[in-house]
Amino acid sequence: MTLEVMARADGPIPLDLAFRVEPGELLALVGPSGSGKTTVLRTIAGLWQPAQARVTVQGKVWLDSATGVAMPAHRRRVGVVFQNYALFPHKTAAQNVACAIDHLEGGARRDEALRLLDLVNLQGLSARKPAELSGGQQQRVAVARALARRPDALLLDEPFSAVDRATREKLYAEIIALRAHLAMPVVLVTHDMTEAQLLADRMVVIDAGRMVATGATGSVMSDPKALHAMGIREAAAMVGAVVRGHDADGMTELQTPAGPLWLPRFDAAPDTRVRVRIMAHEVIVSRARPEGLSAQNILAVKVIDLRAGDGPAVMVRLALGQDIILARITRRAANQLALEPGDQVHAILKSMSVARDHIATDTHSPPRYEGDKTVS
Amino acid sequence: MDWTALWLSLQLAGWTVVILLPVAIMMGRLLAYRRFAGKGLVEALVMLPLVLPPTVFGFYLLVSFGANSPVGQFWQATFGQPLVFSFEGLVLASVIFNLPFAIQPAQRGFESVPVEVREAAACCGMSPARSLWAVELPLAWPGLLTAMVLTFAHTLGEFGIVLMVGGSIPGETKTIAIAIYDRVQGFDDSGAAIMSAVLVVISLVTITVTYWLSARVGRRLG
Repeated sequence: MTLEVMARADGPIPLDLAFRVEPGELLALVGPSGSGKTTVLRTIAGLWQPAQARVTVQGKVWLDSATGVAMPAHRRRVGVVFQNYALFPHKTAAQNVACAIDHLEGGARRDEALRLLDLVNLQGLSARKPAELSGGQQQRVAVARALARRPDALLLDEPFSAVDRATREKLYAEIIALRAHLAMPVVLVTHDMTEAQLLADRMVVIDAGRMVATGATGSVMSDPKALHAMGIREAAAMVGAVVRGHDADGMTELQTPAGPLWLPRFDAAPDTRVRVRIMAHEVIVSRARPEGLSAQNILAVKVIDLRAGDGPAVMVRLALGQDIILARITRRAANQLALEPGDQVHAILKSMSVARDHIATDTHSPPRYEGDKTVS
Repeated sequence: MDWTALWLSLQLAGWTVVILLPVAIMMGRLLAYRRFAGKGLVEALVMLPLVLPPTVFGFYLLVSFGANSPVGQFWQATFGQPLVFSFEGLVLASVIFNLPFAIQPAQRGFESVPVEVREAAACCGMSPARSLWAVELPLAWPGLLTAMVLTFAHTLGEFGIVLMVGGSIPGETKTIAIAIYDRVQGFDDSGAAIMSAVLVVISLVTITVTYWLSARVGRRLG
C-alpha cells in the first residue's frame, strides 16, 4: 500500500514536489501556512487537481494528468480528517462513522461503527450529535470516520490545531497508540514542528509549494538548510528515554543511555517509554564537567559533527548513545572550545527548558536503546 | 363562498410546488456550489419575476403561450387543446412566475452546507447522489421548506398573471383571488370578505408551521 505522490503546477497554487510513503509509515508534510501543504493533501484525496500530478497507491492510479486518469474523490479509498473535522451535524457520532462503512450492512455496520468509536476511546458517546461533543471528542469521531472505510491512505489535515493544549497532548498519545493498528500510509499536514517530530517517521518540508527537504525526522530536524523554511529556532532533537520515577519536589527522573535526565514532573507510570523533544538552542556545550550550576542535566556526549548555516551559529550534533541531541551555539563559542568530531564533551540542559507538550509517551516505536530498565 | 375557486387555487398551488421542488433543488444547488460564466445573468433572470409588474410579465407569457407562438402550437399539436386560458397554461405560468420564490431560498439552503462537509461526504465514499440525499438535503431542507411554502402561499394570492394568462373561466382558471375581485366588482362585499379571511387564515397557518419547523431544525443542529 505504498503511496506515491507527484505534483507540479505554476498556478493558481504553485507546487513542485514528489514523495512516497510506505505502508504503516507516518509522513509529516510541514511548512509555513500558505506553503501548499493542504493542497497536496487535497490532491491525494481528489479534491484538487494541479496542472501536472500523479497519485498512486500500491500501483492503483488515482490521478495521472499525463494519461488523463482522475478518479473522483468518492471512488478513492482515502480516510481524511479535516482541520475542523467536517462532521455531519445532523448525524450522531455512530451514524457519522457508519455512513463511511461500505463493506458491511445493517447490524454489522452499526457494530463496526461502535468498535471504531471504542478504538478512539469514545465509549458511551455514540448517540451524541457533534454539537454535543467537545473539540477533542469531535476529533476522535473524525478519526474513527476516516478509518471506517478501511482506507488505502489516511490523510490528517492539521488535526490537532482546533483543540487546547491539554487535549492535544492526550490526542498525540492516542494517535501514537492507534498507529499500532494502522497498516496504511499516513500523511499528516502540520505547521507545528513539535507535532511533526513527536509523531512522524519522516518529514517533507514545503516552502511556497516546493519541497525543500525530505528525510527521516531526526535528520531533517538537524539540518540548518532544511529548517530555513520553518525557522531555525525550531531545530530540536528527539531523545528516547524511560521514566524512572517521580520525586516529591516536583521532578520526574528519566533514564537515558548517557545518564539520568530530570524534567518537570509529568504524569507517566514508571517504565513508560517516552520521547522528549530537546530544543537545540536550549543546549549548552561544556568541555569540563561544570560545578555549582543550577541546570539539573549534565549529559556526557560525543561530538559527531558541526554544521554551519548562513548565520552566526553552528549546529553541533552530539551522540547520546544511539540518539542524537543538537546544540545550536555560536561560531565564536565553537571556535573557543575548538570542538572537533569525536571530542568527549558535556551537554547541559535546564529542566525547565523542556515544555510539557514536548514529551510524548511512546507506545509505537521500537525501543531506541537497550537499557537495563527498558520495558518490552 | 366560492369553494370551486378555492379548490382550484389549492390545486394550482399544489402542482406549482410539486413541479418546482426538483427545479429548485437542481438550480439552487447549481447556483450555490458552482461558479460559471454568466452566473450573474442567470441569477438576474431568476429574480426578474420579482421586480416586473405581474401584468407585464403576464402579457409576455400570454404572447409566448398564444396559438401563434411556437410553445402554443407545440401544445396544441401534442395535446389537442390551446395552452392559454387553460388550467395547464396557468400551472406553467405559475411555475415560471414562482422561480424566484423557489430557487432563492433553495440556493440559500444549499449555501448553508459547509464546503468541507460536502467534501467529507465524498471522502467517506458517498456518490454525488448519495451525498445529496444523506447529507445535503437534511442540512439544506429549511431553505427548501421555505421555498415550497413561499411558492404555495404566493400562488394562492397571485392575481395579475392569472388574469392575463388564464382569464376567469369557472372551474378552469378562476382562482380564489380572481373570485374575490369578481365579488367586489359585483358589490358582494360580504362574500369577498369571507373569502379574503379564508385566504388570510390559510397563509398564516402555512407560514406559522414553517417557522415552527425551522426553529425545531435550528435546535436540532444547535
